[in-house]
Order: sequence, then structure tokens, then C-alpha cells
Amino acid sequence: MSDQSPKNNMRLKLFVPVAVFLILSGLFFFGLTRDPNVVPSALVDRPLPEFTQPSLYPEEGVFSKQELLGDILLVNIWGSWCPPCHAEHPFFLEISETENDITMVGISYDYSMEEDRLFLEERGNPFDYNVVDLDGSLRIDLGVTGAPETFLVDQNGMILHRHIGAIDSIIWKDIFVPFLEQIR
Amino acid sequence: MKNLILLFLALLLLPVVSQAAIEEYAFEEEVQEERFKQLTYEMRCPKCLNSNIAGSDAPIAADLRKEVYDQILEGRTDQEILDFMSSRYGDFILYRPRLTAGTLVLWFGPALLLLGGIIIVRRMMLQSQDAATETGLTQKEQEELDKLLDRD
Repeated sequence: MSDQSPKNNMRLKLFVPVAVFLILSGLFFFGLTRDPNVVPSALVDRPLPEFTQPSLYPEEGVFSKQELLGDILLVNIWGSWCPPCHAEHPFFLEISETENDITMVGISYDYSMEEDRLFLEERGNPFDYNVVDLDGSLRIDLGVTGAPETFLVDQNGMILHRHIGAIDSIIWKDIFVPFLEQIR
Repeated sequence: MKNLILLFLALLLLPVVSQAAIEEYAFEEEVQEERFKQLTYEMRCPKCLNSNIAGSDAPIAADLRKEVYDQILEGRTDQEILDFMSSRYGDFILYRPRLTAGTLVLWFGPALLLLGGIIIVRRMMLQSQDAATETGLTQKEQEELDKLLDRD
């Protein structure tokens, strides 16, 4: 009987690699469901940063945060140089027609103003406000990683969600609509 | 053949071209330049997560380099610049993570694993030593064995 327990101990030890394997498998499987390229935004649940930036159309002067607040805002950072921005543009035209309680704000990168104006003229302008991030500070204040990025802002100016990449009807329905249902 | 060689030589020049895309900043003091190098080296590019903003061609990395440059010239401290960045981009932007409750494992995990490893290896070594000295015989049996083996 006395030599029984070390033997049992040995048997238990044989299961250590199996346990390690199972734990690692679980971790890796969890990792498969996450996109390593998407970093959570530090801006979510914080107010839209203050800004004063010129309009894409010089005759409109400058815009500041206060002028935009009040409605639900969909803030889209885009540039005519950015292919995914072209891809999501028809969908933005669509929701600008259907979602009447949402104010759509386009923020252009400063280095494509001419082309951006041309792009909106040719393909339609879904935005209620067209802002240019002329000194580049707004995109840094928003923690933007590139174009396109879209922020959903509630009536009090709080950022509810940040989406990286182009938006289509499926992403809209799955991600944005649940947020909208909460605040409407 | 000649064309191929030319193409190959042209390809060799590519890395040089892409490095040349990164702009140069002039500083009055050498300390400022050192701080710029250090800060941009330690910040992760938010677009291309596996490189720092010093070595990234992403447009946002260029914007952030300019921001760091401007803030250094404005006389901001390293800590203020890092706070500015992490309040906008989260702690993800810091390649040198801060010591917080959430990063305790990150800072002390490896040392704990090493310690655990040392303890396990030590125990295994002691066990195998015991196994080598202990033959499982009583003293009488051992004496008999020694006699048989002609040992004293």
C-alpha cells in the first residue's frame, strides 16, 4: 500500500500536458474570434472632443463641436484617396435618405480637399456637415487610426461606438442599429 | 538576362526608397532630438500594430510624429506627451506598458514563471538524487548486497 501513492502521483502528472494543451487550445480558440488589427477606442463613452475646423466649402466658414450637437451624429472620417471610403459611400447616401434623425458629419483629411469636393459633386453628398481636419488635430483627438472610421455620437455628445473600416448594410444592422435603439 | 539583372538591382533600391518617405525633423538641441527618437520608438503605430510610429509609413504615424515633434518644441515633458497619446489611443500605443492593476501580470508574470520553473527543476533534481541514493533495501539487505558485491 505504501508505494501506491507515488504511483498515483505519477499518473496524475501524466495529465499535466493534456491539461496544458486544453487550456492553450481554449485560449487560441478564443483568439480566433478576435481581430488583432482592431484596437478598442479610448474615446468610447467619452464626449466628442472639442474642435474648430473649416468647412470643406470655404464659403461656409468654420464649424465647432457646439454647432453640431443636439441630434444623433454619425461622424465619418474619410478621404477621396481612400478606396474603402468609396465602397461605403453609396450606403451613406442611402442612410442619409432613410435615417432622418441622424446628422451626418464628414471629416476630410486635409490633403485631399480639391478631390473631396469633386468626389461629392460627382457621386452625391451624404453629409449634412463637411468638415476639413485642416491642422490634423481632430483626427488625433479622435484617436483615428486611418480612413475610413465612423463614430456614433448621442444627443448629448457622448461617443457610443467607433467603427474601423467601411460600413455596409450588414454592419449597420448588426452593430449600429442596436446602439440607435438604445438612444432613440 | 540583362533586363532581369537590372530589375534585380532596382528591387535592391526599394527599401531605401521607402525609408526616404519618412520626413526629417530639425531640432535646436540634441536632447530634444534624443527624446523625439526615444518617444517615437516607444509608441506603437495605431494603424499597423507591429511597428512603432518611428518606422511606419502609415499616414497617421506621420501625423503622430509631427505631433510629438510639435509638443517637444512646445516644451512638454515626455510624461505629458505619453499621457496625451494614451488618452486618445489608449494604453495600446505605449510599447512600454504602465504599471497598473491590469498590467501586473505583464510586468511580474515572466519573473513568476521563471521562479516557478526554477522551483520545479530543483524539485525534480532533488527527487532524482533521492532515487539514485535510495535503493529501497533495508540496512541488513544492503549489507548482504555489499558483501555479495565484495564491497566493504
